[in-house]
Amino acid sequence: MRDTIIPRREFLTRIGQGAALAATGGLIWSYLLREQAHAMPTGIRPPAALAESDFNAMCIKCGQCVRACPYNTLKLATVGEAVPVGTPYFIPRKIPCYMCVDIPCKAACPTGALDPGLTDINESRMGLAVIDIENCLSWQGLRCEICHRVCPVQNKAITVEHHPRRLSKHAMFVPVVHSDFCTGCGLCEAACPTDEAAIRVLPPKLVEGKIGEHYRLGWTVDTPVTQDFKPQGRPTARPGARQRPGGLDYLNEGEL
Amino acid sequence: MSASLETPIPGPNGRPIRPFVMPQSLAGKIGVWRHIILRRLVQTGVLLLFLGTAHWGWSLAGQPILVGNLSSSELLGVIPMADPFAVAQMLLTQHALVSKVLVGAGIVLLLYGMLGGRVWCSWVCPINMVTDLAGWLRIRLGIHDMFRLSRNIRYSVLALALLLSALTGVAAFEWVSPISMLHRELIFGLGLGWTAVLGVFLFDLLVLKHGWCGHLCPLGAFYALVGRLAPVRVRFDTPTCTHCGECARVCPEPQVLNLRQAANAGMITSGECSNCGRCITVCPEDTLHFDLRHRIHPAE
Repeated sequence: MRDTIIPRREFLTRIGQGAALAATGGLIWSYLLREQAHAMPTGIRPPAALAESDFNAMCIKCGQCVRACPYNTLKLATVGEAVPVGTPYFIPRKIPCYMCVDIPCKAACPTGALDPGLTDINESRMGLAVIDIENCLSWQGLRCEICHRVCPVQNKAITVEHHPRRLSKHAMFVPVVHSDFCTGCGLCEAACPTDEAAIRVLPPKLVEGKIGEHYRLGWTVDTPVTQDFKPQGRPTARPGARQRPGGLDYLNEGEL
Repeated sequence: MSASLETPIPGPNGRPIRPFVMPQSLAGKIGVWRHIILRRLVQTGVLLLFLGTAHWGWSLAGQPILVGNLSSSELLGVIPMADPFAVAQMLLTQHALVSKVLVGAGIVLLLYGMLGGRVWCSWVCPINMVTDLAGWLRIRLGIHDMFRLSRNIRYSVLALALLLSALTGVAAFEWVSPISMLHRELIFGLGLGWTAVLGVFLFDLLVLKHGWCGHLCPLGAFYALVGRLAPVRVRFDTPTCTHCGECARVCPEPQVLNLRQAANAGMITSGECSNCGRCITVCPEDTLHFDLRHRIHPAE
């Protein structure tokens, strides 16, 4: 059907133009994707959501979880929000997750972005509660502890500890969050009576630190008391390599 | 125009070329517009079913009618459906999907494989209403194209979408698709997604005729490939055709109306035909009809 013959030079030029167009378009497109996918979202994901990068890859943005939620907790992000567009999240201060035992949002998910393997809602990790002790009523010495009372993982995720008060012989009763049990449901944040919630739920990655394996908490019960600790992942001396003296001793090497 | 009316030029089959004339009567007009009316009914109907189920709890026999959106949904609580192109992109990110969405993608693939892939484009896709409006307006306003662009560029965009999905680890087109954005935001609440839709509208109106659907959209390209062998086709009756060209004038994908090919096959063969039916109702010789592939035997 071709009745025109394209000269070789023009043919090669056209291939070059096509490739350049595809490369430019692809680059701009991938910047857009990376910008969205790697932004650290501050929105809290539904229970059973996979780790952020897996969740972003697997969520088809259909909103079936949104409809399945009996409390209208979930919302799909629209363009211009801090969460990748179209993915579900919730704002605990508005409507928290009431931790249904049958996890209907997870059951509605067609792709597995909400992990079908999660069967116990108490095992979910939507976020982690953090307390602003400068604005927490209990930490000012008032008897509040509302967060402790509304917490569905009662007496585990939030405990009330006593804490000495400076100019009084009466102790303060302060809430303390335990990450081993906190699911990030946000009931505490929704119930907090301060103008801006003094306890709030954030994605665990934004809050959690890491001690580092070389600290030995020898006085705790579950740390074995040993003298032969060797940090993992450190290069060890090659066998047969000449052992050099430690510390600054090598400065004096050969002078004595 | 008027000269050709008075002195008809004979077409290739010896019959005089007659232009398409819009009927005066309302019934006649509705006859010409019948496919566009049906398409709008289907498009808004699908949207309404999603909307009604999401907001007003529409149900049938105790089951919600249509939950989700066009990316993935569940019909009557049992039949899963999913956008096969979205699923293909997600699979390329190398994540193991749950079987429900795979079955859903298979069902949709089968559906459009039967009806003609791009039946999605002209009968279901919500962006079609936007681009059709732009196309209608640009004719009224007499706007010319800013430049020419190959219609095959959509296949490059399709390939790029699949490549970028594999490279970036997220479904590349799904993440920027104005189609998904429009549909999602219509059902789940408005955000700034309308800006992307406005972009498509202005591109189609001011820059390039049928710019989005006919040149760029990778989903349309995907369904063009899916619908290549679909049973539902537009039949072409060679003996009556006078080559008047009315069909190509209204067709959003005029390259599919290659009359030599159509005469050989007895039908429009290209997968890029969206079975919108515009050509059928404007043909003054009644040459084009919807038909099934296996019933079509090209005249020798």
